Parts: sequence; C-alpha cells; structure tokens
Amino acid sequence: MTTLLDVRDLTVRFGQTRAVDGISFTLDEGETLGLVGESGCGKSTAALALMGLLEAARLDGSASFGGRDLLALDEARMRSIRGAELAMIFQDPATALHPLIRVGDQVAEVLRTHLGSNRREATARALDLFRKVGIAAPEVRLRAYPHEMSGGMCQRVMIAAAIACSPRLLLADEPTTALDVTVQAQILGLLRDLSREFGMAMILITHDLGVVAGMTDRVAVMYAGRIVEAAPTGALFAAPAHPYTVGLLGSVPRLDAGWDDDLATIPGSVQTAADASGCRFAPRCARASNACRTEPALIPTGEGRAVACWHPA
Amino acid sequence: MTVPLVETQALARHYRLGSGRILRALDGVDIAIGKGETLGLVGESGSGKSTLGRTLVGLQRPSEGIVRFDGRDTADAAGSHLRELRRRRQMVFQDPSGALNPRMTIGTTLQEHLLVQGWSRAAARARQPDVLAQAGLPGEFAERYPHEISGGQRQRAVIARAIATDPDFLVADEPVSALDVSTRAQIINLLRHLQRARGLSMLFISHDLSIVAHICRTVAVMYLGRIVEIAPRTALFETALHPYTRTLLSAIPLPDPARERARPHVSLRGETPDPSAPPGGCHFHPRCPIATTECTETSPLLRTLAAGHQVACHHAGPATAAL
Repeated sequence: MTTLLDVRDLTVRFGQTRAVDGISFTLDEGETLGLVGESGCGKSTAALALMGLLEAARLDGSASFGGRDLLALDEARMRSIRGAELAMIFQDPATALHPLIRVGDQVAEVLRTHLGSNRREATARALDLFRKVGIAAPEVRLRAYPHEMSGGMCQRVMIAAAIACSPRLLLADEPTTALDVTVQAQILGLLRDLSREFGMAMILITHDLGVVAGMTDRVAVMYAGRIVEAAPTGALFAAPAHPYTVGLLGSVPRLDAGWDDDLATIPGSVQTAADASGCRFAPRCARASNACRTEPALIPTGEGRAVACWHPA
Repeated sequence: MTVPLVETQALARHYRLGSGRILRALDGVDIAIGKGETLGLVGESGSGKSTLGRTLVGLQRPSEGIVRFDGRDTADAAGSHLRELRRRRQMVFQDPSGALNPRMTIGTTLQEHLLVQGWSRAAARARQPDVLAQAGLPGEFAERYPHEISGGQRQRAVIARAIATDPDFLVADEPVSALDVSTRAQIINLLRHLQRARGLSMLFISHDLSIVAHICRTVAVMYLGRIVEIAPRTALFETALHPYTRTLLSAIPLPDPARERARPHVSLRGETPDPSAPPGGCHFHPRCPIATTECTETSPLLRTLAAGHQVACHHAGPATAAL
C-alpha cells in the first residue's frame, strides 16, 4: 500500500484557541479512516483545514497529499485540486447545496470546471452519476431544486458531485447524521461500494461508533483537539486502550445489553483545549495520577496501534 | 392489568395543508401505558411519533378519537381537572436549549413552572434544591442561565422542571438526540432512575432503537401515522414480525465490527412516501418485499400474535420471520 495522505502535527488556531492541536496520521490509497470524537473535539475542523476551507484560521504542520503539501498551496492551486482529487461531503446536504440552482447543474458545474466539459457532455455525465448514486427517475431529478428532494436524495446529489471527477480522497463529515436510519443504511452502502469500485480513500468523520464499526479500516479517536488513540478498527473495538475510548465504547447502548444494566458513563464534560495542561482527559479519568500532569504523546504500541496515555488499559 | 394510566382509542390528528390536502399525522392509534410502565416509540421522521407524544400530554388536541388519562376522557377537561392533568402530565423535549427561556435563570424557570400550578413563590423556592438534586444538578445551578451550562446540564434542568410538579406521566421526545455520546449515557441513566424511583409512566420517543431497548420494556413501531408493531423489547429485537421493523433493525449499525460486517443488511426499496399522500391499503406495501394484492387494497389492523406482541401486517408470521 502506498501512502496517499501524510498529516504531521496539524494545528489549527482561531485566535488563541487551538481547535486542533498537533495531530498526525497517515492514510493509504483506498483506505477508510474513521475520525471519531464528540462535538468540539476538532474532527470537522481538521477536515476543513485539509480542504483549505478555513480562512480565518492559522494552520501549522504539513499534509502531504500525492507529493504536495495541502497546507502550503496557494488558493489557485488548491482550487484545481479541491473537487477534482480531493472532495468533501457534509452533514446537512440541504444546506450544502445551492438552494436556487437545479441539482443537475450543480453536479455539471464540477465537471465543467475541472474537466472542461461542455454543457451537453457535463449534463450527460451528470445523468450517469445520478444513476450511479441510485437516484430514481434521474432525468426528472436533474431539473429539480434541492427543496423538492428529501434529505437522503440531496445527500446522493452531494455524493454525485463529490465523485464526479473520481477523487482519490473523499472527506465525509457526518454524512448520515441528519438522515433516518434506513436512509443512512442506503447512503453508507453507496459510499462503501463507491470506495471499493474506484479505490477511493475516505476519511469518515462521525460520532456514531456503529457506523465506524461497519465502514472503516482504521480509527483515530480525538479528544479536545488531539488524537488520543489510533488503531485498526477490529482491534480498537476488541481492546480499547485509552480510558476515553473505553468510556466511549461503554456508553453506547447495545441491543443485546441487559435491561437492568446501567450504561457506563464518563463523568463530567469535555474541557476545551485552551484551558488544559497535561492530559486533557485527566479531569474525567478514573486512572489519572500525578504523571497525567504531563501531556502524554501518541506512542506506537505495535500492530498499527498508538495511544496517548500514561496508564492505558 | 388494571386501568391503564394513559390510553388512546382510534386517535387521529389531521393537519390541513391547503389545496384540499390533509396530512394524517396520526391515523388511528390505539395504545395503552400502564402505571409505572415505559413504552418506547420508534419510527423515522414524519412517522407521527412526536405528534402522538404531544397529543398525549395535551399540547395538541386530537382530530378524532379519545385520549383517556387515569380512566377519564381528557377531551373536555376544564378547571380543576385541566389543572390536575397539567400537573400530572409533563414533557422533556429534544433540544434543551430551545426548551429553556434564555433570559431566565434555571431557578426562575423552575419557579415559574410551579407558580402557574398555583404554588406560592415561597413554596416554589423551597422545592427548588430538592428537584435540582434529583436531576443531578448542584443547588447553585439555580442561579445560572442556560448559556452558562453545558448541553447535558441543560437537559437535566429540563428534566428537573418536568418532575417538579410530581407528575405520574412523562413524555420524553428524543431527549438525548441533541447530546454527545458520553453525556447521552448520563441522561439515559437519570431518566431510568427517576422512572423507577418514582414509578413514573413514560412514553420514550426515539429514532434510535438501541436507546429505546435500553430504557423500555415494551416498544411500539410507527410508520406513516400508524402503529405497525408493538411487542416486549426482547420479542421485538429477536422475532420482529413486521417487514418494516425487520428492515429498521437491520439498518441500525452495531458497534461491533465483526458482527456488523457479517450480518445481512436488508435494504429498503424506494423512499419514504409523502405523508400527505400515503399509499392506499397498507402504507408500507410499495416498499415491502412480501406485499400482495391484498396489501394494496386493505389496511391491516393490529392483531395479537403472541403474548403482548401485536402486528399490523396481513402476512405476519413465518413469511416475515424468514426475511
């Protein structure tokens, strides 16, 4: 496997706040990485930074993507990559689409911009893409506006636009969170098929551990701006090492759990990255000791795993 | 079982949409919740589950049918009966930020809630610490404004308000959907403890079956305004009989990579129909793998197939169990 994306010490600052604080990870061609964590942990910010979509932020570190550093590219170069080699889909498809432009034209625009297709070619290709992503009656839907379609259909349009130029990497930020569970199953199935068919790598950002379990090859768990644990998906679920990962997995209700069992909880709530010294999870951690006043680094522990904790499970 | 605490008969709620179209948000719902029981209600957006919850606490009037509370019809409630109903039926909402007045401290919100129930200011203030403590909030939170506390703490404040009048029926409408995973577990545990300690009856609405499974003994599944299946939780998860329930169950991602990848996924055909123009007969027939002509013509009624297990499907039984 060749490395497609190599992120080193990515830091995103908004003023004094470090939303993402020195995260490093790699992604192989065709691989799906789950980026997991709760709201405010920096997972979406990290993705937006890679896409070059954060204007007000100060970025540090590097993100090597096919030999170029995404963080160092100027806007013109970034524009030629964004949408072509690197694409993103968002949580709320209804607001990610332009409300006043027919959805077919929005997909065709991508093709005209990046492939230089003329109007007729672009529309014909958009029709193919609509079929590919499972939109019923695609000829009619090309001419529809976003408000005339359901959330699931809008997300399919977003995916059609995202895969229009066969990107090597798709960033999917909570792509099914706003959707009903049966629609979610359809969209996840579609993303799985597309990544397999085109060998497209994917970073799947989600807080839903069930989605992670079914979709990803590896997982990176984020807490307050840092990656606290990274591991192959099966290993992470079988034996989580970081106390936060342990808590996160324990707090998910399972269909087969006993009715009388309390859910495991993580006491307290997330602190922001700014007011932390030492391990950010320590105030909520049952294993915390004096050692945790020093911030632990993400240390490889073998078999593709790494954990940032002085007292891993 | 004695008289259920909450009971509906052929409950319907219609909304006029203009140009003669009518949205049947509730289309003939019969449910009963006994004293101290928790009924889980699952379904996808537009299925009518929130409308049912709001109708049961009296935030919405039924268009047709009956809501009985403690044996009495609630339709013409007035005066002291209405006040009693308001005291005894309370609601916890999905978005705690929207459910609290941003310009009132948590304490003021709690007191207002009791004042309109006829409490004196002094008595309302005296009740405050106890109610906050039961919801797991320290007493000083009475002085805080909603924006000064976290989302989980706001939901605790909403729960504190709901239990302040000592109700015996609580509707919790997606109470944890807006919360983060780790906070979610805290709120679920809190609701379970309150429910048991106080012998509350509860309608717990969620689109997340695994949460419902954790908190409810009985689960009802809604599709386009109708209950399609009601069963004890284990029966529902092990031997669901309605084809829609089976698809719903197979669509939930399990947080277990080996099982999640190994099990078959039943994919649902097509999209959820427009609720204002549902298909005739059984609403589910255009998407159902085992639909027959009968299903396009006659709407199936809920019938009992096992102890406490009711299904509204013409073909429920061996055919659906094999899906």
